[in-house]
Amino acid sequence: MAATDILGALREVLPADSVLCTAEERRPYECDALTAFRRVPQVVVLPRSESEVQAVLLACNRHQVPVVARGSGTGLSGGATPFENGVLLSLSRMKRILEIDPLGRTARLEPGVPNLEVSEAAAAHGLYYAPDPSSQVACSIGGNVAENSGGVHCLKYGLTVHNVLGVCGYGIDGERIELGGTAPDGPGLDLLALTIGSEGLLMVVTEVIVKLIPRAPCVQLVMASFSDVHRAADAVAAVIGAGIIPAALEMMDRKATAAVEPFVQAGYDLAAAAILLVESDGTAEEVADEVAEIERVLRQAGASSLRIAATEAERLRFWSGRKNAFPAAGRLSPDYYCMDGTIPRKHVGRVLEAIEGMEAHYQLRCMNVFHAGDGNLHPVILFDANETGSWERAERFGAQILELCVELGGTITGEHGVGLEKINSMCVQFTPAERAAFFAIKEAFDPPGLLNPGKLIPTLVRCAEYGRMHVHGGALPHPELPRF
Amino acid sequence: MSGADPITALQEHIRAAAARGACLRLRGAGSKDFYGEALEGEILDLRPYQGVVHYEPSELVITARCGTPLARLEEILAAQGQFLACEPPRLSAASTLGGVVAAGLSGPRRMYAGALRDFVLGSKLLDAHGEVLRFGGEVMKNVAGFDVSRLLCGSLGILGVIAEVSLKVLPLPRAELTVRLALPAAAAVQAFNRWAGEPLPLSATAWCEGAAWVRLSGAAPAVNAARARIGGELIEAHSAHAFWSGLRDLKLPFFGQPSLWRVSLPATAPALAIDSQPLIEWGGAVRWYAAVPAEQDVRAQAILSGGTALCWRGSCEGSRFHPLSGTTLQLHRRLKQRFDPGGLFNRNRLIANL
Repeated sequence: MAATDILGALREVLPADSVLCTAEERRPYECDALTAFRRVPQVVVLPRSESEVQAVLLACNRHQVPVVARGSGTGLSGGATPFENGVLLSLSRMKRILEIDPLGRTARLEPGVPNLEVSEAAAAHGLYYAPDPSSQVACSIGGNVAENSGGVHCLKYGLTVHNVLGVCGYGIDGERIELGGTAPDGPGLDLLALTIGSEGLLMVVTEVIVKLIPRAPCVQLVMASFSDVHRAADAVAAVIGAGIIPAALEMMDRKATAAVEPFVQAGYDLAAAAILLVESDGTAEEVADEVAEIERVLRQAGASSLRIAATEAERLRFWSGRKNAFPAAGRLSPDYYCMDGTIPRKHVGRVLEAIEGMEAHYQLRCMNVFHAGDGNLHPVILFDANETGSWERAERFGAQILELCVELGGTITGEHGVGLEKINSMCVQFTPAERAAFFAIKEAFDPPGLLNPGKLIPTLVRCAEYGRMHVHGGALPHPELPRF
Repeated sequence: MSGADPITALQEHIRAAAARGACLRLRGAGSKDFYGEALEGEILDLRPYQGVVHYEPSELVITARCGTPLARLEEILAAQGQFLACEPPRLSAASTLGGVVAAGLSGPRRMYAGALRDFVLGSKLLDAHGEVLRFGGEVMKNVAGFDVSRLLCGSLGILGVIAEVSLKVLPLPRAELTVRLALPAAAAVQAFNRWAGEPLPLSATAWCEGAAWVRLSGAAPAVNAARARIGGELIEAHSAHAFWSGLRDLKLPFFGQPSLWRVSLPATAPALAIDSQPLIEWGGAVRWYAAVPAEQDVRAQAILSGGTALCWRGSCEGSRFHPLSGTTLQLHRRLKQRFDPGGLFNRNRLIANL
């Protein structure tokens, strides 16, 4: 199919300013926040309405051109990496808040609305939208749906899948699809749950209905220091074991606190091997009760010191280091690579130890920030892309962490998605029959295979190649490293 | 057979049935035989495939085989001070985990704690080749691959045998109390929604025969403060438990009537034009109707209010489940075709002629 055909077709259905085709215009769309993967799309479209989205999909289907939907481009796994011979469908112009229903506690949104704007708009009613990915100032609600995004508060308030009530959008054939809605638990299969986290492989979402919840009147943060990481990990289990579900339960190791402290002056205990940030929210009475209990459990678990944020400013300062961990990594090192494995909480100590071994092996530093309450790890591998072989080492380092997560009964991605980045690691986590089931779902929604193809699910051929690259002569790579 | 993984027996059964071109009717205790469009095929009794596979309270996850009785599961959790927060209905004392997940029904806590599917973390599915497929796992966050485990909730077994499930569990609330207020239905629904927009520890709401019931669960100070805010008459614990269990398990006298519709609506929807007093739960989002005058069309009324209607019991025209739109039906057809091309599992159970 000649490149001009799809371009012509798109120009027929969209106004001129909605079709970008010069090299300078297309360049900004070459990657999402995973900048190691770059491809300039053949054409970028910026529709303003759902009928324009529908028209774009019909044109792509007619011309058999792959199409990648993109929100704000803050994704970390290359889910929005375009195709050189494809269309990049940006939903950034569809960013209206269509309706807020304060009594029913729902919001109806276009997909390009930034996550934080939903909570800002709902604040007048004492309500907010719970999932809060660290990119929430920028990341779009449509992108959150595609990735099933989390955040620091999902232990108590859930992921995107728990907070989205319905979506509308279009299939590749231009048919309108409506899933879920404000009436709960409708008939048939739960296609809404299937669509959330489907990374743009099934449909293009043009409207999202989210649940809003009341803002807790009181929030308190406890910061605890531990002299070794195993103790800190055990303390996490002890908090949960005591029947407490904190609003957030985060962990940073010494490498992470040392990295962020010079930039944010959060007041972290740099002598501690690891610190925990434990947040409690609710009514004043509830929080006082819970904080006392948290303090008791943490002391019993061997915390070497405890601090409770005395003021709101101090609470925000304690958080600032955690929230700025990635930018701090960017200041410490020319490049960094953030991983996203999840493991059963009890293995956190073991994984940290193994990562230390890997640092020595790959000759790269790695700092660790965790959503410890969820067992969701974000090891941040520091490297320099200008140094030959450095990125390759970082990539192998990351892949090995993910393999360890799978071995320990966890997963290769807790909230960032598979995209292009972790597609090889999918071969480790899933059998050929399981991957075939994923392809079956893909085909049911997108028979021609034009919606974000080549992401999320690896083909048999790809996994065979990965296996060859990885295991030589039946021996596991890096036998000197401890495995569990 | 001793020592063999009991799943191999299931796999062999499925393969043999597939080879014969048979149709299997997947069944646990049979407490939901009434639930669905049609019962077709040879019964595959899944009760023998039972037992808790893994439970670690501090991980907040329990993994069990499909034949495990729900009552047994809840007993094990209660011993550790934990529970299934979605409160799935116990339609019989023998109801199994597999049946609970296949039906995907949730109880009184649904609007405040989450639906059954919100607590499903992972699953083991036996497909039409008798192959074991694992999706999700035992961790809280997992976005590797499509979320097939949640797709299985409410699938009524049409995609395969839900052999094993991992569920997120929660600590039992430290305090709980119930109040009752004399309110007309419309005012009760209004109040339920207003309260849900305030930071109150609601865990269930219902309106039945002129009275609004509100259950509060959580830390004792929060529960007591909310009680003062809401007012009403404090119900003694035993009676409160009897009411909420009766609602959860559909054992209240209201549910005994020969014809029963379950209407799902936006919670704030105004009253439907039906001459019969409903039983309302989920803050107004579920309204049950019994003894509807013959000339009134519950489904049409539900649609007018932006909802759907399920014919729970008694005769109804057309399907029991609310019909799906053309595009959605087409997606169901293609999924069924790809997961179970030979029509081995629960043919016509979720949707006729899929």
